[in-house]
Order: sequence, then C-alpha cells, then structure tokens
Amino acid sequence: MVDALPLLEARGLVKVYPGVRALDGADFTLRAGEVHALMGENGAGKSTLIKALTGALAPDAGEVRLGGRVIRPRSPVEAQRLGISTVYQEVNLAPNLSLAENLLLGRQPRRLGLIDRRAVRRRAEAIMAGLGVRADVGRPLGSLPIAVQQMAAIGRALDLDARVLVLDEPTSSLDAEETARLFGAVRSLAARGMGVVFITHFIGQVYEVCARVTVMRGGRVVAVRDAGGLPRLELVALMLGVSMEEARAIERAHARAGSSAEVALRARGLRRGRVGPIDLDLRRGGALGLAGLLGSGRTETARMIAGADRHESGRVEIDGRSVPTSPPRRAIAAGVALCPEDRKAEAIVPGLSVRENIALAVQARQGWWRPIGRRAQRNLAERFVRSLRIATPGVEKPAGELSGGNQQKVVLARWLAAEPRVLLLDEPTRGIDVGAKAEIERLVGDLCARGVAVLFISSEVEEVGRVCDRVLVLRDGRAAGELSGEGVTVAAVMRLIAGEGERA
Amino acid sequence: MVQRPGRFRFLRALRDLRVHGLLSPQDVPLAATVGVLLALFAACAIAFPGFLSPGVARNLLVGNAALGLVCIGMTFVIISGGIDLSVGAAIGFSSILIASLVQQGWHPMPAFGLALTVGAAGGATMGTLIHRFALPPFLVTLAGMFLYRGGALMVSERSITIRHPLHRTLAEWGSGPVPPAVVMFVVAAGAGFVVARWTRFGRDVYALGGGEESARLMGVRVAGVKVRVYAISGLCAALAGVAMTLATGAGNATAGHLAELDAIAAVVIGGTPLSGGAGSMVGTVAGVLIFGLIQEAMPRAGVTNSWWFRIAVGGLLLGFVLLQRGLEGRRGQ
Repeated sequence: MVDALPLLEARGLVKVYPGVRALDGADFTLRAGEVHALMGENGAGKSTLIKALTGALAPDAGEVRLGGRVIRPRSPVEAQRLGISTVYQEVNLAPNLSLAENLLLGRQPRRLGLIDRRAVRRRAEAIMAGLGVRADVGRPLGSLPIAVQQMAAIGRALDLDARVLVLDEPTSSLDAEETARLFGAVRSLAARGMGVVFITHFIGQVYEVCARVTVMRGGRVVAVRDAGGLPRLELVALMLGVSMEEARAIERAHARAGSSAEVALRARGLRRGRVGPIDLDLRRGGALGLAGLLGSGRTETARMIAGADRHESGRVEIDGRSVPTSPPRRAIAAGVALCPEDRKAEAIVPGLSVRENIALAVQARQGWWRPIGRRAQRNLAERFVRSLRIATPGVEKPAGELSGGNQQKVVLARWLAAEPRVLLLDEPTRGIDVGAKAEIERLVGDLCARGVAVLFISSEVEEVGRVCDRVLVLRDGRAAGELSGEGVTVAAVMRLIAGEGERA
Repeated sequence: MVQRPGRFRFLRALRDLRVHGLLSPQDVPLAATVGVLLALFAACAIAFPGFLSPGVARNLLVGNAALGLVCIGMTFVIISGGIDLSVGAAIGFSSILIASLVQQGWHPMPAFGLALTVGAAGGATMGTLIHRFALPPFLVTLAGMFLYRGGALMVSERSITIRHPLHRTLAEWGSGPVPPAVVMFVVAAGAGFVVARWTRFGRDVYALGGGEESARLMGVRVAGVKVRVYAISGLCAALAGVAMTLATGAGNATAGHLAELDAIAAVVIGGTPLSGGAGSMVGTVAGVLIFGLIQEAMPRAGVTNSWWFRIAVGGLLLGFVLLQRGLEGRRGQ
C-alpha cells in the first residue's frame, strides 16, 4: 500500500513529570481508514500519548498534526471540535439523559428556537442504526447495557464528524458477543475513512481488528509494525522488553499441575435469585474455570460460595463437612478466600498502605485481639511485593496510588498471605497489563502446585483455557456444561457459551 | 448494575407499570407526586364541604405564589446538582430594599427592577464562586444567606410600609380576579417548564446534574450553566420578594425566613431528587400545591396548631425520599 498522507501525526512528543519522563520523544502516525493498536504495559506512556493527542494535557515539546495542519488542542472539547473524539473505558456520558439526548446534547435540532424533540429522536435512531445497534433511544442511558452505552459514545463521536476516534480500552467490560458487535462497527467506520486508535490489554483483539500496531515502552515508541507481520509472542516480547525466549517462558509458565481427585470444596444446589441451582467441585491442586457471558451467574456463584451473598438453598461442604459460609467470616475461617471482581470498591482499602492491605486477611484470621507486629507485617508484605513483583517504591505507599494491575496483585497477596485452601478469583486479570496478567496466571499455577483449590473466573476464554484444567460454563444462571483435560478448547467453551446454535 | 428486588409491594407495582411501558422510569417520581396531589385534593373535596370553590383555589395560589416562585429557581439549581440556601434571605433583602427605595421617593417600578437585578447578580456571583474555586454550593449559598439577611437588617431593622399609588393599586389587584403574584408565578412556571424541557440550556442543566466531568467532556460550558442556574434562582427569589411586598404592602427584612427549606422540601416532594440530574417543573408546581393543600386543609380539619403542618410536611418529605431510593432499585449499604 502506498503510504498516504497521514491523518494524525505526532512528532517528538515529550512530557516530563517530576521524576518521570512520561513521554520521551514519542512519534505516532495514524492513517485514514486504519484501525491502529497502541500497545504497552501500564506506565509505558500510552495514556500520556493519548492525552497529548486529545488535548487533555499539553506536551512539553513536539507537535501534533491533523491532516497536515499543526494543532494544539487545549481541552478534549477543543480536540472534539477539531475532529478527534475519544471514547473512554468508563463511559463519559450523562446516564440520566436519554440515549437520544446523549447523542445530540449541544447540537439538538431546533425549531423556532426550541428543541425539536421528535427530530432529536429521529436523528438518534438514524445514528444508532448506522452503527447496527437496535436500542430504544428514549430510555435513559444509564438503564442500557454498557455495550450500548459504549456504542452511544461512538455514535456521538460520529455525529461530531470525528475524523479520528480514540478507543481507550472500550472492551474491558464487554462480553464476547458485545465485543464482536463493537468490532463490526469499528471496522465499518474505518472502511468509511476514519482513523481509529485502539487501546486494549487483550492481545487477541489486536489481531482481530487492527491493521497496524504501535508498541510503547518507557515513554518511547519501540516498534511500529503491521499486525499481520508481528507474531503474538514477539509483540509480548516488545511490550515487556524481554527476549523472545523469556516471553515464551512466561507464556508457558503455568505448566498445569496435575490435580488430585481429592475434593476440597463441594457445592450442591446453590441457588440465589435467578442463579442456580449450581453444583461444582473444587479439587485440591486443581483450577476450575468458570466461563460464561456477563450476567451468566459467574460472580454470583463465587459470592455464594464465599458467603458474600447468602445462598437461598443448597449447601457447601469443605473437606466433606457441611459448612455455613455466611457471614463471610465463617467462610474465611474455613479457608475460603474470595478475590472480588471490583477491586476498587470491594477489596482495596486505598487509604491504607500496601503493608496494611496485605496483612488484613492474616489479621482477620488471627482475630483482631492478637495484633501482628509491625515488623512481621513488613516482612510479610515485602516477601509478597518481591514474589509478585508489585511495582511500588515501598510497602508504606498507600495502595490506592498504585496502578490497577498492582492493586490487583496486592489484593491477591492479601489472600495468599492468609494461606487459603480454597481461592476464588473473580476476573483477577481484568484491565491489567500483559506482564501482570502473565504473572497472575503463573501464580495460579504455583498455587495449584502447592495444593490450593482454585476457582478462576475470566471473560477471556483463552485465558481460562491456559490456566484451568477443568472449565464449567454457565449460561443464564445454570451450568451449560463442563469440560476437562484435552476437551478444554476455546472453540468448545465458546460453543457452550453460545448454547450450540440456539440463540443465547 | 445489579437490580435488587424492591422491599415494598407498592414500589414493585410502580416498577411493573414501568416495565410494561406504561410509565417510563423518569416519570415515576412525578407520577407519585401528582398521584399524592390528586388524592389529597379528592380527600379534601370529600371531607370539607365547599372545598371545591374558586375561592379556595385562589387562596391556594395566592398563598403560595411566593414559595412557588422560589421553587422554580430552586428546581433548576437542584437539577444541576447544586443547592441554594440563600433564597429565603434574598426575599428579605429584596423586600426591604424595595420598601426603603420607595420610602426615599423612588417609583416602585425601578425599585422592582433594581431588586431583581441585585437578586440575579447575587446568584450569578455565587455561581461564579462555586465554579471558579470549586466550592461546595451548600457553603457558598449559606454565606450568601448570612450576607443577604445581614444586609437586609442593615437597610432597616423595622418593617417599612410602602406608600405609593401604583404599589397600592397592584396590592389591591391581589384581592381582585387577577392577583399579580399569581400571574408572576404562573408565567415563571411556564417559562421554567419550557426552558427545562425545550432549550439546550435546560438540557445542559440536566447533563450537568448527571455528572460534571462527563458534561464537560460532552462540550457543556459548565461555568456558564452554573452561573446562569444560580442567577435564575436569585432572580426568582427577588421576584418572590416583590410578591411579598405586594401581599403585605410593606417591606420586611425578615421576610422569607426559612423559605429556602420550604422550597427544598417542596421541590423534593415534587419529584426532583436532591442528587440532581432529574426532575421537572410540573412536579415542582405539584409539590408547591401539595404544600398549600396541607396548609389549607389543616384548619378545616380543626387543626390550628402550626406544628401539625410541619409534621405533615416532614412525613411527606421522608416518604418521598424513601420512594426515590426505592425506585433507584438499591439500598444504602
């Protein structure tokens, strides 16, 4: 292909914060009509680059050109007016307004100076139809699925005549089907000549939609390649800054520990609300994957087992003895630990230090009347910071100031420190970077090798396949089927999720 | 978001209506307000003979026009996610300002004009402070409340009777067929209704109440919207001050005492949640009428103690807050 005039071009961008060069002479080129992946670990400079392109911050040096003309947007709104729209991971629209109003806020068609509500509705319906989404545009945005909200954000960008669309981790809270629909829309936008910058932590998705890949590390661009000519392993190696051999080692790290037949936790007929009845066995030294679409009952199942929600019927046995798992204190005492999905809201105590966060569960198990000495806590925390490679200047740093992946590792460390016999991990790798993800996956392997029974929930089917020796697939709150050993393949899991032909 | 089943059958019934498309979720609080208003009105009509007379309806409107005016502005402020505690004191200030100016020989019309300008400018100033320095509206308008009330008392501690032919004529219309205060309220309510629903500014107010950062990223000029919202509230309070002078024929620095709290209560009873982002002018008018109906009904029921009125309002307010929480489908942790 002839190198057309670049649509968006950044040259030598520099942004220095006290102590860090967040951007160190970064170049970036986006062509019209391409979907371009921007990859890199957390802290590689992706966000800073995006912010510089979209006006959220002003670079210290370097220039940005849009269609050959130098631009200096001073705010995201100004960038929007120039034709660069951004769709953030957390949808930044008004949840209280209708979908239609969100699409057209500030540009509502008017008649006699007043908003023509019917025209608003018509135009909104046309925009959503253009994206292939059927939704009642009159409903408040907040009542619609995240996927539709995400599409609304894209629709708004379209109606603003965006020439460049930046998608910042748009798929991290979407399930497989919704992601596919989003990709369909993105492809058709690119086909119409829009340039799309796509940021994601899911490497598989890069190959699904992106033509080219820019890899960043340490504030610099380390590679710009055609996705077709960049093997997955090499991409990982580029992102991590390691050799191909090391990358291969990371990918292979979790040699599956053969699980014994010994059942550590047995759940029978668990039911709460629309989820259940669910039967499952967690074996000592084995990892059971729990797969399914969002809302299929994965999280609810884990929460029932851990006692975070009381089950309405059914029972949980640990080592053959029936155990009441609610309140969660009882489950913890029996050796069951839940690492919840929403780590910000439910797990991390942002104001406490890394040390205190890690020591919490050990302390809870011992009883609060027998405080653990500060030095013992310190040793414990330092051991886990080392072994999990938590990136923090020290164990006294408030946990809330760490990056997402590192927060997740702190939560993991807390439960590992308590030495649970059964560990329930709900989306432990969601929204974290590739390196941390690989480490967490490897860690699950280590835990199994030490005889812990693990329940592993993930939306990424490939990951479930890598980590788990058995997979239970849920659909609409019930078990749709179980796979084990060689039968655990992406295709087989997907078939069960989809319900083999019948529409889910 | 996880939808948990509601605790009350009534709420579930309301939600069923919603699910079947008969009532969209935004409309449920409004429907509840209008329902309460109609039920209250029907109960009064049945219980008290002669309640269904034009005279009673008149009383209802005349007696609550000033409160209603304040509520129009307060609705915008609350929808935008803010609060305005200064309105009661602003009534007192504009009331005494007008009386004092007329006493010094001003014609009432420019006096009204100056009072309205001061009200709007005061509100705009508070809005500017709130936005520019990211201050909590509660505190800025609380300060405004003290400043207005102090300023009003500085003008005159004693009530000043307004002696001017035009003012007397207007005041006399108050007992005629077209009371000026009621006209002001109806016009303001109509204008508020149109602005909230059919103008870009109105929709920006809702967007702002839904989330300031999101609104900003969607291109809403947050500063302008905030300043205008508080200016509208100040203007409405000054209008209420004008209405007060017409009703009493005098200016009084203590007029509008605690009116800000009455207004907040009426607006919330009218279905506008204090968290902002939702609500309607129709609801606010209904809320004001509920307020008035209770006041009107109490003496007829032989209740002359004013505390029963307060207790009824308190109960109603609590009921509506619980209703709103229930409709959100989640309970506080």
